[in-house]
Amino acid sequence: MGFFDQFWQLTIDGLMVGSLYAVIALGYTLVYGVLQLINFAHSEVFMLGSFGGLFAARALLPDGGVPGGFQSVYLVAVGLAVGALCGALAAFTLERVAYRPLRRRSAPRLAYLISAIGASLFAVNLAGKEFGRQNVDLPDLFHNDTVFTLFGADVSTQSLVIFAVAIAMLVGLDRLVAGTRLGQGIRAVAQDADTAVLMGVNVERIIIVTFVVGGLLAGAGGFLYAMTFNASYSMGFVPGVKAFTAAVLGGIGNVRGAMLGGLLLGLVESYGGYLFQASYKDVIAFLVLVAILMIRPSGLLGERLGRAA
Amino acid sequence: MTGPNVPGQPAPRSSTSTREGREGPGGPRRVRPSWHPAGLRSPARLRQLGVLVLLGLLAAVVTGPTGNSDHPLRAAWDSIADPRIVLFLVIAVVLWLIVALGGQLRTLAVRWTTPVREPVGAAYGRRGGPIALNLALLAVAIIAPMLFSTAAQQWMVDGVGIYALLALGLNVVVGYAGLLDLGYIAFFAIGAYTTAYFTSQTAMPWHAPFTLNPFFVFPIALLLAALAGVVLGAPTLRLRGDYLAIVTLGFGEIIHLLANNADGVTNGARGAFGVPHLSIHLLGIDYTWGIDPLPYYYLLLAIIVIVMIAFGRLERSRIGRSWAAIREDEIAAEATGVATLRLKLLAFAIGASVSGFAGVLFASKQFFNPQSFSLQASFFIVAVVIFGGMGSRLGVVVGAVVLQGLTFYLRDLVAPADRYIYFGAVIVTMMIFRPQGLVPSRRRRREIELSEAGVGAADALGAAPTGARP
Amino acid sequence: MSRAGSHRASARRGGAAAVPGARQPSMMENVGGDPGDLVVEARDLSLRFGGVTSLDGVSLRQRRGEILAVIGPNGAGKTSLFNCLTGAYRPQEGSVTFWPQPGQSTELLGRRPHAITRLGVARTFQNIRLFPALSALENVQIGTEVRQKYGPLSVVLGLPHARRAERDGVRRAADLLDLVGLAHRTHEQAASLPYGEQRRLEIARALGTDPRLLLLDEPAAGTNPVEKRDLAALVTRIAATGVSVLLIEHDMGLVMSLATTVAVLNFGRMIAYGSPSEVQRDPAVIEAYLGADSGTGPGPGAGGAGNRRELG
Repeated sequence: MGFFDQFWQLTIDGLMVGSLYAVIALGYTLVYGVLQLINFAHSEVFMLGSFGGLFAARALLPDGGVPGGFQSVYLVAVGLAVGALCGALAAFTLERVAYRPLRRRSAPRLAYLISAIGASLFAVNLAGKEFGRQNVDLPDLFHNDTVFTLFGADVSTQSLVIFAVAIAMLVGLDRLVAGTRLGQGIRAVAQDADTAVLMGVNVERIIIVTFVVGGLLAGAGGFLYAMTFNASYSMGFVPGVKAFTAAVLGGIGNVRGAMLGGLLLGLVESYGGYLFQASYKDVIAFLVLVAILMIRPSGLLGERLGRAA
Repeated sequence: MTGPNVPGQPAPRSSTSTREGREGPGGPRRVRPSWHPAGLRSPARLRQLGVLVLLGLLAAVVTGPTGNSDHPLRAAWDSIADPRIVLFLVIAVVLWLIVALGGQLRTLAVRWTTPVREPVGAAYGRRGGPIALNLALLAVAIIAPMLFSTAAQQWMVDGVGIYALLALGLNVVVGYAGLLDLGYIAFFAIGAYTTAYFTSQTAMPWHAPFTLNPFFVFPIALLLAALAGVVLGAPTLRLRGDYLAIVTLGFGEIIHLLANNADGVTNGARGAFGVPHLSIHLLGIDYTWGIDPLPYYYLLLAIIVIVMIAFGRLERSRIGRSWAAIREDEIAAEATGVATLRLKLLAFAIGASVSGFAGVLFASKQFFNPQSFSLQASFFIVAVVIFGGMGSRLGVVVGAVVLQGLTFYLRDLVAPADRYIYFGAVIVTMMIFRPQGLVPSRRRRREIELSEAGVGAADALGAAPTGARP
Repeated sequence: MSRAGSHRASARRGGAAAVPGARQPSMMENVGGDPGDLVVEARDLSLRFGGVTSLDGVSLRQRRGEILAVIGPNGAGKTSLFNCLTGAYRPQEGSVTFWPQPGQSTELLGRRPHAITRLGVARTFQNIRLFPALSALENVQIGTEVRQKYGPLSVVLGLPHARRAERDGVRRAADLLDLVGLAHRTHEQAASLPYGEQRRLEIARALGTDPRLLLLDEPAAGTNPVEKRDLAALVTRIAATGVSVLLIEHDMGLVMSLATTVAVLNFGRMIAYGSPSEVQRDPAVIEAYLGADSGTGPGPGAGGAGNRRELG
């Protein structure tokens, strides 16, 4: 089959995966916007959230058979909630343990990166020890029905749910940053932390909230990811690098940029994986990253959290 | 505040505070009154106890049984519900008492670590540390392996020696230039596969039409790795410093992926077999480094000593000074005529070439597979450099000896895959409590202290992040 | 740096190459002189940050061996001008020509700061930027070794030419420390020096690069009267060795006693140019200063009260 026959199917798959990248990318972008720092351990927040949601949903799963109707909705809701909670908890702990002591000491930048690497190494391997080192499946939560066909491409309930939830989270976060007092504080710190302090913004609190919000999104995103693929202790790395690529593609520190970047990267990867070879999908994402860094390091929509919203 | 008395201000209430408070590099340091039993019940102290107990529980989980995904929380619960937990809790409480009652100790510690305004000493006149100490260490390094078992000797080569060499190379990037390279092992892989390509017709499906003695591959691998470093670094180094970290991370993963998947080229996950041992056939000398680990060990030792001397010269030269200038104030360095971009690239390429060089040594021990080039290996080298001391040649070698030594010593207690839990913990702990490392370089230590006091920087990544205390 | 970088894309060269003797803005004409003895000439520099105009068509000429002072109220664009000359900022319009030797001209705009320094333009910073953990000697060595060519291989092998260059760099650095009166601090950590000595160390480091043009950004800021006098003597000595000095200074006493020529900036434009006494009488200057801080005192700027000379 040619590329054009598959075009719409690839587009739909790409958008679904891309929306997940976008959700994770927001965590990078938020932290970057506020701290001007790449949070290298964000992928582990995603991994831990994913495990949390998966285990919660699996514990409530009835024996045998695929749940249907309201039960599916209920399981997805529980998975999302627990995933988000675990992600938030992981992000909070991460900030407390690996970042805050260094901030107190006003350590050089290199120290934060290294500390995050250490935390990530710790979390990945501890998860491997506790949860085993095999892939962990989540049984289907929906009868894998095709809801409708779009230009000849099948859209399953599951991918529809994933896409819808991801988009809802993206929109919700955009509103949060653009329209609330909290968002105002985040933007203020992102633009000029010193002035924000003078204006009475509690920077310390904003930093924690930023980590927690990023963790909530990454955790919920992790559960969505586990619904289609599966979970494993080392699952964070590849989506993490791709989400970072998405964040840079859109303009790191820029909320809407992260969304745009995630969707675009999902599409590029989906088409590219079909045209070349599926196992080189990861290489494509990396090449995209290098290409943006060389051509337009400030991303498609430009940097700066403050300006974006 | 415990600074000097300001006229017109009320005098500090506690007389102990003026005695204890000492001006550290970050301004007046706050020291709580100690030796006071009531102090133990203060909220801050109780929170400290809580943190230490949590850390004790975490330690119990880390050292506890291994779990699986069918019962995700069981392993953790079993570790906590085990009688061993008492031991961890006792340790936590004892630590807490030491911390809480150790105000005096802490004052002493502050006094020790506070920089004294001493003459810096002419860096150009000094050749390394005290010579006697260096010779003694060298003697230990020469004699010690003879007393070890063959397994330990093997480990001195594969585990300690190779990683010490790798750490020396990464030290140029992290310690000298203040950059972070997370895909460092990729250059090691380039060196290893280059060796397989040139020295054997059978090791990989892809090979050169001729075969070379592995010794001739050293310069080739060195140049190839340096070239790869330049190609990767040139576009990335112009950008903000942390982008280099993620691009190298991606690069490391891609090299690993290619090595693992390209069956027709690299023999894939099975790895390369039968790369010939190093051998010399020159001027009537015929010697082959065989299966016996000791000759390899001494070869490695010689190389490490040479590299240490060479990098010491580099560090004390115009180039090393320029790296220091870039770390401390990149804008001023540029304004003083230092070609910052080129020097960063140089450090990156030198680091890469050492890694490539080590790859040849590694490959010429007959067998390797892509597992040796995983990202975790890259992280491990970072851990070695951080643990030993960024910018300190002796430090990173000591780091490799200690970390790999512990790995070997605890090999029956800790599963290989679980080692990285500890390495991760080591990295974070060092960054929090002793960022200058076990055997700090003097220049680096001063930089970290000054940077924390708000003077200059200690890396080439730009200004400190938001929220840092001025 | 990043801020400068974001404007790089929009930078463009103004006009064709310098035509010596081309018509200059009227206030420059009284300078006259043969273009052959110029050391630097900036033409129509315009620098904008977003909507804020920092420099608005500033032109400046400096003769070889001259001490030219740039004065003006805070925010007038003095440091921006320095940053344009040294490559830290790239102005949207204009050009900067530099003559390392008489009759040998180079365009400075579009070059990176380190390249400009190697051509012979050195600078100091308003807020001192030393390499804090290096010794005084090492700080100056960074400067004296800038044009040395030997590479890493010669260092590692300890080749004779590298050793010779190294010794040469140390000797010149030591001489410069002597010149600025810091010989007794040679091996001390830069960050541990008192403020005034840090200023002088920064000048020594800049001189280490063997400049033809030395840019000093408020060298007297924060120094006491004795240090100021020493500084004036030092600057005179430097100028006597054939180095042209371009300085930004708020201390009018220092400017009037030291400078051979004074340029006055206000709101990114040059409002006066001439000898110290001419500038002192210039009504535009008086208005700029009185308008800027009317009520706080008649004298220009934030000079030390004791040695401030009031404008006629």
